[in-house]
Amino acid sequence: MEVVPLRAPVAASGRPLVEFENVEKVYRSKRGDVTALHGINTHIGDAEFLSVLGPSGCGKSTLLRCLAGLEKPTGGDIRVAGKTVSGPPDNLGVVFQRDILLEWRTVIQNVLLPVEAQRLRVQEWRERAMKLLDLLGLKNFENRYPHELSGGMRQRVSICRALLMNPNLLLMDEPFGALDAMTRDELNLELQRVWMEDAKTVFFVTHSIAEAVFLGDRVIVMSPSPGRILRTIKIDLPRPRDLSIRETPEFGAYTREIRSLFQEMGMLRAR
Amino acid sequence: MSRSLRILAVFLGFLLVWEAGTRLFDVPTWFLPSPSVIFVELRSDPMLYLVQSLDTLATTMLGFGAAFVLGVLLAIAIVYSRLLENTLYTLLVSFNSIPKIALAPLFIIWLGTGLQSKVAVSFLIAFFPIVIDMVLGLRSTDPEALNLFKTMHGSSFHALTKIRFPNALPYMFSGMKVAISLALVGAVAGEFIASQSGLGYVILTAQGMFFTPRVFAAILLLGVMGTILFYLVDLAERLVCPWHVAHREEEVAAAARG
Repeated sequence: MEVVPLRAPVAASGRPLVEFENVEKVYRSKRGDVTALHGINTHIGDAEFLSVLGPSGCGKSTLLRCLAGLEKPTGGDIRVAGKTVSGPPDNLGVVFQRDILLEWRTVIQNVLLPVEAQRLRVQEWRERAMKLLDLLGLKNFENRYPHELSGGMRQRVSICRALLMNPNLLLMDEPFGALDAMTRDELNLELQRVWMEDAKTVFFVTHSIAEAVFLGDRVIVMSPSPGRILRTIKIDLPRPRDLSIRETPEFGAYTREIRSLFQEMGMLRAR
Repeated sequence: MSRSLRILAVFLGFLLVWEAGTRLFDVPTWFLPSPSVIFVELRSDPMLYLVQSLDTLATTMLGFGAAFVLGVLLAIAIVYSRLLENTLYTLLVSFNSIPKIALAPLFIIWLGTGLQSKVAVSFLIAFFPIVIDMVLGLRSTDPEALNLFKTMHGSSFHALTKIRFPNALPYMFSGMKVAISLALVGAVAGEFIASQSGLGYVILTAQGMFFTPRVFAAILLLGVMGTILFYLVDLAERLVCPWHVAHREEEVAAAARG
């Protein structure tokens, strides 16, 4: 097996790939305005893995959708590579909580969908698609239909689809939230491996403290009403991390810090 | 014993009881002919029945084909246009509650007593289930799938051809299954009121002469034709959307296992 070099979590030079400046999102309705996001200021470095953590309703998915160009912030600015986001940025890969596989397409046809969307030649991407499927443990499943796969396998397919065209920005919205704990651990490891092999900037939304710390170079902790950033925590743990790292005191210190932060906010009650 | 064998056995048993009943109670042929008499009648003039069957089949297919093409196109227009959805679709749904047969005499006024008015009746009656199911199917697309497609920079035309339309196919076929039977109903109704040909016309003239075996022979052919047409649509569904059929059969099997 190939030796994966350890690399610096945040690119040393240049401006960050993604910048959030005073981002605000207010939903107006007849029963009054709801502030989903307020005063979001942060950035994501080139090739950085950013975990965005918070309870439901804290606006973390809204922030992702704004970054994906699917929603418009009502205030502030989001820039990708220096350009204000006004629609889906170029070179983007997205994974949602639901795998959103098209049931009438085989696994390989689902993975190749982004190529068709951009009207490029499918044949030229087939080899890379097969490689990705292989990398995510889906060798020999390329001609199956989604309904023949388990939940974990389906989500792997959707990750392959997001990675196919080599995006430099990967957005993941609680991608493992619907999976059982064991599959989730497995996919955490695989995601780390894929990310280390091929430098990508990742915006990873989760509500699991352990998952956020395990995967992230940095964790942004958010709190609801209005959705805002409570704290940004840099995770200084060596990579590749394996599951046993969760039992180390260093890992425990991070999760404790975050948990007590939630407790202070009254979102997690100590018994 | 397999399922189709059992169905065949029940059918043969039914014919046997019918045959025995008419003989035993000496039922007059003009009232209820026995299966054997109907069979003899069919054999007596195969050309007549073939020609008239093909005539009815042509009317049905023309009506169904027009309903299919226009129904699918209109459904796409309705889903993409807020204006059409608010006006035309609402009207269509209420129009659907009118018994379409009641409109048939109008077509004689407008189109005369030829092929056109028969096809028009068949079309009108088959049109609604296709539009309504197709609109339902196009609308049932997962909005998140469309969002995902947007992040891939896919055009809205491709969102229709690659996501919305395939997603609607199972709905389209369920509409087509209803529509194909209704198209046949429409064709026969058209032949009753405005025609000099087709199985409907055969039934009407034979009834006028109390020639009941001929009435039954034509009904039998209509039944066979309707069944074959239905299963042809079913076969097309299997070829066009195998994922859906397989999925449905798995669900049925799972439900049967409990």
